[in-house]
Amino acid sequence: MLVVDDLRVSFPNRDGGFTQAVRGVSFTLGRERLGIVGESGSGKSQTGRAIMGLTAPEGRVTAKTLAFDGVDLINCPPRERRRLRGGRIAMILQDPKFSLNPVMTIGDQIVETLDAHAKVSRREARERALETLRQVQIDDPGRVYDLYPHEVSGGMGQRAMIAMMLVAEPDLLIADEPTSALDVTVQLQVLAILDRLVAERGMGLIFISHDLRLVSTFCDRILVMYAGRVVEELPAGGLKDAKHPYTRGLVNCLPRLREDRHPLPTLDRRPEWAL
Amino acid sequence: MKAGLSIEGLRVVFDDFVAVDDVSIRVEPGQSFGIVGESGSGKSTLLRAVGGLAPKSAGVISLIGAPDLPEPGSRAFRRRVQMVFQDPYGSLHPRQTVDRILAEPLAIHGIGDADRRIQQALDEVGLGTGFRFRYPHQLSGGQRQRVAIARALILEPQILLLDEPTSALDASVQAEVLNLLEDMRRRHGLTFVMVSHDLAVVTYLCDQLMVMQRGRSVEKLSADDLAQSRVAEPYTQRLMTASIGFRRDRTETF
Repeated sequence: MLVVDDLRVSFPNRDGGFTQAVRGVSFTLGRERLGIVGESGSGKSQTGRAIMGLTAPEGRVTAKTLAFDGVDLINCPPRERRRLRGGRIAMILQDPKFSLNPVMTIGDQIVETLDAHAKVSRREARERALETLRQVQIDDPGRVYDLYPHEVSGGMGQRAMIAMMLVAEPDLLIADEPTSALDVTVQLQVLAILDRLVAERGMGLIFISHDLRLVSTFCDRILVMYAGRVVEELPAGGLKDAKHPYTRGLVNCLPRLREDRHPLPTLDRRPEWAL
Repeated sequence: MKAGLSIEGLRVVFDDFVAVDDVSIRVEPGQSFGIVGESGSGKSTLLRAVGGLAPKSAGVISLIGAPDLPEPGSRAFRRRVQMVFQDPYGSLHPRQTVDRILAEPLAIHGIGDADRRIQQALDEVGLGTGFRFRYPHQLSGGQRQRVAIARALILEPQILLLDEPTSALDASVQAEVLNLLEDMRRRHGLTFVMVSHDLAVVTYLCDQLMVMQRGRSVEKLSADDLAQSRVAEPYTQRLMTASIGFRRDRTETF
């Protein structure tokens, strides 16, 4: 469904040159859950944003192939791009406190997505929005529909955002740290909802996160990124068998329950990993 | 000399909202005590109340373990009880150099020999001389948190209040900061009170912990209890499940 070959994203730096944030990332994605893990600055978010077409205007995106369902995303006209974005490719962002419109009710924001991508009557739009809220396990969708983002909790806000992204029935969902701003127990509830919806609708999911443990227990396949490159690809649950020293170091430096390791092993970054 | 901390029946109220409701803890000198809970559970407010940053409506906070320990609110108390905050991007003055940031607590408490102390504090947290005249924006998150730790330790306190000291950091940097904190505690005989939402992080540093929910203490247990899963409260159980990761076969229990 999605083909990414040699994706590069670079931004102008102060010396008049370009700094590459993503340096030749390649993968293909079907209707599966793909995890992209890495620490801050690894280029994981920029990879997601480039696919979505949300790279900052000064950034340069190049690739041998960047195609979604046969559509060339690098050279397609902006109008086509806008139709895909939010319609067939949707993105969930990290913090509902900052990524929802604070002066619009949750219901209106969901309807806005529908208006942009489907021809529906007001009544039908409202019904579909309520139905989607129900699907993200909001018990009283009628009440939440009329609430503003500041009136709901973080977990509820994130469900509302998922509803907003799913109402147009996309084929590909990019989730950039969708649960990092949430409490640990709420995290899992939101993930369970996401998991069910992805499975029921047969969507493809790109799950971007810094949380190795969460991604490895949630996704079918994991790409580990370091310094703008994919250093390792792992199957689900294959964290224990990771080969790359960076991945192994990352797994090792996490404190674990039921384990007494003092001091914690730290990650010794090698310059050759970034080559 | 070590000091411990005793909190009895602490209550913090903001308007009609009870943020901390009748919580008591006792942290022995040299011990390290963890507080776990989710956002809104009152764990940070509790810590802030000890530091004098949140209003106390009822209860008694006192230092224990030695005679003639200062009362909360006094300058002497603040010198003994220092705090490290969650977000190293927000807790350092953006227009002050590391040198100035570290000189301020010394000036407030009228401590001389600033030059040597600043140098020593930086060395201790693993930042060399090269960092002394930099601004916070020239430092990485981990380096900033080291500056924040140096700022707290430069007064040679006996108690360190840690409010999610590693949750804004990458996993590899978290390990470095946790090791640094542990090393500092051993070297200076510090007492830690640490707040976190991450059970694994808390049990790494702390031997006793308290789980909070909606302003109340729901369970107190030792790190050993947790490691052996001797957990009574369902809420603590849920936190434990969450720290393991996602389980497709267990989604109904989330």
